[in-house]
Amino acid sequence: MSDPTQKQAGLLLDEPLIFERSRPGRAGVSYPNSDKDPELILPAELLREPIAGFPEVSEPEVLRHFLRLSQWNYGTATTFYPLGSCTMKYNPVVNEVVARLDGFAGLHPLSPDDGAQGALEVILAVERILAEITGMDAVSLQPAAGAQGELTGMKMIRAYHVDRGDARRKVLIPASAHGTNPASAALCGYGTVQIEGNRIGLIEVDAVRRAMNREVAALMITNPNTLGLFEREIMQVAAVVHEQGGLVYLDGANLNALMGVAKPAHMGADVMQINLHKTFSTPHGGGGPGSGPVAVDALLEPYLPTPRVRRDANGLHWSSDFPKSIGRVRSFFGNFGMHVRALAYMLALGGDGLTQATQMAVLSANYIRRRLEGAYHLAFPATCMHECVFSDKGFEANGIKTLDIAKRLLDFGFYAPTIYFPLVVPGALMIEPTETESKETLDQFIAAMLEIAREAREEPDTLHQAPTHTPVGRLDEARAARRPVLRWQPVSPT
Amino acid sequence: MLEIVGVEDVAALFADVPSALRERAGLDLAPGLSEIEVRRQLETLASRNTAATQHCFMGAGAYPHFIPAVVDQILQRAEFYSAYTPYQPEVSQGTLQAIFEFQTLVAMLLGMEVANASMYDGASATAEAVLMALRMRNKRPRVLLSRGLHPQYRETIRTYATGAGSFELVEIPFDSSGRTDLAWLKNHLDDQVAAVVLGYPNFFGVIEDLGAAAELAHANDSVVISATTEAAALGLLKPPGQQGVDIAVAEGQSLGIPMSYGGPGVGLFATRNELVRMMPGRLVGEAYDGAGRRGYVLTLATREQHIRREKATSNICTNQGLMALALTVHVSLLGKNGIRRLAVANTTAAHDVAHRLAGKGWIAPFSAPFFNEVVLRRDDAAAKWQAARAKGILAGIALERWYPDLRDCLLLCVTEVHSAAAIDALTEELA
Repeated sequence: MSDPTQKQAGLLLDEPLIFERSRPGRAGVSYPNSDKDPELILPAELLREPIAGFPEVSEPEVLRHFLRLSQWNYGTATTFYPLGSCTMKYNPVVNEVVARLDGFAGLHPLSPDDGAQGALEVILAVERILAEITGMDAVSLQPAAGAQGELTGMKMIRAYHVDRGDARRKVLIPASAHGTNPASAALCGYGTVQIEGNRIGLIEVDAVRRAMNREVAALMITNPNTLGLFEREIMQVAAVVHEQGGLVYLDGANLNALMGVAKPAHMGADVMQINLHKTFSTPHGGGGPGSGPVAVDALLEPYLPTPRVRRDANGLHWSSDFPKSIGRVRSFFGNFGMHVRALAYMLALGGDGLTQATQMAVLSANYIRRRLEGAYHLAFPATCMHECVFSDKGFEANGIKTLDIAKRLLDFGFYAPTIYFPLVVPGALMIEPTETESKETLDQFIAAMLEIAREAREEPDTLHQAPTHTPVGRLDEARAARRPVLRWQPVSPT
Repeated sequence: MLEIVGVEDVAALFADVPSALRERAGLDLAPGLSEIEVRRQLETLASRNTAATQHCFMGAGAYPHFIPAVVDQILQRAEFYSAYTPYQPEVSQGTLQAIFEFQTLVAMLLGMEVANASMYDGASATAEAVLMALRMRNKRPRVLLSRGLHPQYRETIRTYATGAGSFELVEIPFDSSGRTDLAWLKNHLDDQVAAVVLGYPNFFGVIEDLGAAAELAHANDSVVISATTEAAALGLLKPPGQQGVDIAVAEGQSLGIPMSYGGPGVGLFATRNELVRMMPGRLVGEAYDGAGRRGYVLTLATREQHIRREKATSNICTNQGLMALALTVHVSLLGKNGIRRLAVANTTAAHDVAHRLAGKGWIAPFSAPFFNEVVLRRDDAAAKWQAARAKGILAGIALERWYPDLRDCLLLCVTEVHSAAAIDALTEELA
């Protein structure tokens, strides 16, 4: 335990592990009819002893423990969160209310379809709106997160080629792609071929043409790419891939830049995942639950995961009668609670509102780009879409690195941008403001960034020591990885 | 802002987008609604889910359990739900410490040495466990799946495995006790078998003899994986780790998460220390700052996709953070005694119902001990189920859709949420 005297003032309270709050005999909840001797019901050799080290804490102490932990977090509800590629927009509170309605939260997934018509309508409505936004022909909401959506999409691509007796072995992936792209491709048994961007960070049709052949199952491409730039040759690139019998996987992580502006289907995408927790305002939850629906064109529709929602004379029902389907990628129907939240958001914004969200997100990113480009090195000087990428280039003289800039931002009350990604920009600082921040907030952030740039030149130690206004300072991650302590241990196991 | 950006209007920001795309991009969607209208629409949809308000005696991978009020109070803290994966540990200690506590609780529950920061759900966690086992035994091409493993878990494994390498999945039958047929298993273990996967309790609610299965598999140097769909059972049953299991996974929905039509839940994944670097998923570890203050960070990321790209142990990026928090809060409230008492209340209630229905012509086809789910058979099971439904009771799930050999069988689940009156009504309607 850290020294308790260090943090006992005001709001700087220390908070031990829940296990360290434990005192024998305390409990935070009780149940009726729970005091039977289990050995009267089940054979003793099947039973365990009471779990050594499990916490024994009263209800008020449990509440206080987790409330204090919550106060050690930055979230979009407390702080501007310019985390590039993560689309940290405001999570409307009404979404939380509707997802908790008994009719949704209390519904068992194996309920008879005629007793779950409202849930089936929710799923169908979200599928339809996503199809309209992406221009795709069909959607499945089953994947639990963006990465699982990617995996699902790549499984479908594989099934498509195998079905045609043309199993292929490689996938083309731009150097700027998210790490999940090559990982998802590898999970489907594909080797990956990296495509380099040109000097302004874009994929050129000639580069794809050189790499493309009949061994290549697909191109996985992110548009706008992770530099925040729109891939201007996307339609020609897709045509080159299609000419050789390949398919185009579009990583939909950056869909927030496209709503009402360009539809992935028209770009030539055959399949994409959509991150409801990015574009459609469902909360990130400190790292999940997400939701990663997959949208496809008619070519790939037969391979969508099952079950799928269908309508007949009796209403909506689940059907698994799709013989070419890749099957299921998880239990039940996906993260339904996230589908409800996303639908609430889609209904609240409507077509015009979603289009405006994209416009304002792009305007905000360009505003930040212009205001900071004199003070920070802009990786690729061009009009950006929803995010812009700077780097630490130019601060070398004082030994200032991207990490120092990021940590200093925490002291100013802002979360840090995505750092050291994309890998094609050394020392990258990737800023995505989203549409839900006011100009005043953007200006405060810009002022902090400009002040940090000044500090980097004039008082670099301030940056090296940052953050100082946080519950802990920089933590020694190298040591944590060398000798990992991944759990608390009871002092004397009983 | 437009002036500073140097454009005349917002449209000019999209000049890089080919006009052929922009011209066709209009959204044919209804205009936006006010908050009160959104709520009305969703309340109407929710009200059409009539099954949600009926007495639910269904389990099979999603379980009706009570959730203490404190759990949702914490989950509604926007500091938790509106945060991202804790990339900046100095301002994410809340999430990180909670995950560290989660990893500890999960390891203890499963009786394993180490647990990760969670997976999407029990089914995908099981599939990831199979892929991990295949990495551990990369010369062996076969995995044996108990037919008593949840059918959707088996389907998910099949999807994940297809294309991931050349190996085969073979199903192990169950015997008349409802347990995995260990005699069959013994005869089919050879140097081709990488792993054996069992449910615990299995899909029939039956408590498998994991120890015996593990002994057989280990004699053959095969990896043993157990998958628990009903995590409340772990409060009472001997944990997988005490029975020789190498990778123990579970669905944690039962411990603090509403059924929510099947998601989100939370996948639990635990193993032995020596295997930690082969594990998929995020991990949180203890760390110290320059002043010696204790904190927590994401660690061992060199296994992960953002560093290793195509060589990563999995493509998983995030965990199921908020749901892991729900489990952590609920289990903290339950504590050492409460988790056991919750399990006792469940198995007591399920045995009570089984006993009462046995007196009314229902036959238990399986003889092995069960936890809070039980299979019961009667020739008129379908008609009885319909009659109960008409009275607002969802009397379990017919097994025939997954097991054609189990005709007229219902899988009933009884938990602490079922009042004495609801249980009386169930047993009367099924009489």
